[in-house]
Amino acid sequence: MGSLGTIIGTWLAGFLTLAILSFLYKDNPFYKLAEHIYVGVSAGYWLIYVAFFDVKPMLWDTFVTETGAEKWIILIPGALGIIMLSRWFPKSAWLSRWPIAFTVGVGAGLGITANIQGYVMPQVAATILPVTGMNLVSLNNLVLMVGVVTTMLYFYFSKPQRGVLSWTAKIGIVFIMVSFGASFGYTLMARISLLIGRLYFILADLLHVIG
Amino acid sequence: MAKSGDTKSFWERMESIDRRVIFLILLVVVAIPLVISVGVEIPPTAPVIEAHEAVESLEAGDVLMVSIDFDATSAPELIPMLESVLRQAFEKDVKVVMLGHIAIGLPLGHVALEEAAAELGKIYGVDYVDLGYRPGYVAVMIAMGREISDVFATDYQGTRLADMEITRDLHSYEDVDLLFGFEHGAVIDYWVRYVQARFGQRMTFGTTAVMAPDAYPYLQAGQIEGLVGGLKGAAEYETLIGVPGMATRGMPAQEWAHLLVIGFIALGNMGFFFTRRKRRRSAAEAGQA
Repeated sequence: MGSLGTIIGTWLAGFLTLAILSFLYKDNPFYKLAEHIYVGVSAGYWLIYVAFFDVKPMLWDTFVTETGAEKWIILIPGALGIIMLSRWFPKSAWLSRWPIAFTVGVGAGLGITANIQGYVMPQVAATILPVTGMNLVSLNNLVLMVGVVTTMLYFYFSKPQRGVLSWTAKIGIVFIMVSFGASFGYTLMARISLLIGRLYFILADLLHVIG
Repeated sequence: MAKSGDTKSFWERMESIDRRVIFLILLVVVAIPLVISVGVEIPPTAPVIEAHEAVESLEAGDVLMVSIDFDATSAPELIPMLESVLRQAFEKDVKVVMLGHIAIGLPLGHVALEEAAAELGKIYGVDYVDLGYRPGYVAVMIAMGREISDVFATDYQGTRLADMEITRDLHSYEDVDLLFGFEHGAVIDYWVRYVQARFGQRMTFGTTAVMAPDAYPYLQAGQIEGLVGGLKGAAEYETLIGVPGMATRGMPAQEWAHLLVIGFIALGNMGFFFTRRKRRRSAAEAGQA
């Protein structure tokens, strides 16, 4: 038997689980209550986390403990952060464009190099595969290459899709549909898993029907 | 009493079935195998075996960085695999450094970490540590490549990294032997594109089933070493470490539910085809009128 806190927590979690699931029947006050609790707790939790894991250690503590240039450099992101709050005031909202421009600039700069270095190049390299002989590996490689090329041709809109381009694009559609089917299957699996998780909690932790 | 012209055929009734009936049937189909505990064989697949082998390749004293990049919405899928990985790492005396990029999910990871550590007699600050959360995925990841304590000056409790045995010599990815991320969103992309590509960090992932199709290209390209996808992947991992848990227990329910959904899809399509002729006839009559 757990502590009183654990027991109360388990029953509360059980009630909230059933309240959320009750939406499957129809919208009702219990669902609304659980939904509002979730939104409120999440917002409060984020606020505390940002204050104590971001602003305090990375801005305030750094300013207090550091010496030399490090101490003063920290004021720049601090000022940009405060300027971001100017969006609340229509007359000075334009100031917020500076930190936004900074963020977008850094994000774009980092993103371009990362996507080329970490995604495009490795994925292109992984698509150029050997097809040597009649074996399963070669067949797999062939399917992969045909899939990539025909899918890309399906999204080639600079010429009307007639003749060779038409049937290669149709093959591309088949690959796209298989991809959608796989994604849907995985999504279904995920949702069932969540239901299993909640039912397992209700049956094992709340009702002790299963061990 | 309904007029004879209003009577619906079996297929028409099936097409207009109340969705709440389907929910109820699904609930029962999932609950029964959980209660009666039906066993199913769970042969591990290659991506999960590769993820297991990546952890297995670590030696005593090596550092495993665990990233908690999910929250409660994905806990049923990711917590079982996290527990298995932590157990495997602690049994090999691998040091575990936990951090995360989804603040609201980190306590879930912390609970699993504390439970596994308590079970296997590990000491906080010596065998494992929880660095906590810092906002800004990309900035945090890139900065850790230079100096981890620049981003995580302290652990989640406020203890300085220099004051703990496990983190005293932990400075960058060069001191991390493997990264195991537990992902329910796009953070996996950032790990691969910013950390694997730039710093050559060895990494493997456990993802929700929804995310698994997006992660397979990284596995196929050799950018990540292994992939544990969804509750099924978690069950396979439990099989590999020989400790069946909640994921293994849930597999029969998963199997039954999938069969039910396949049945519903087949039924729905059959209904569509069988009633199509009637709909066409009705449309033609309406057109003539």
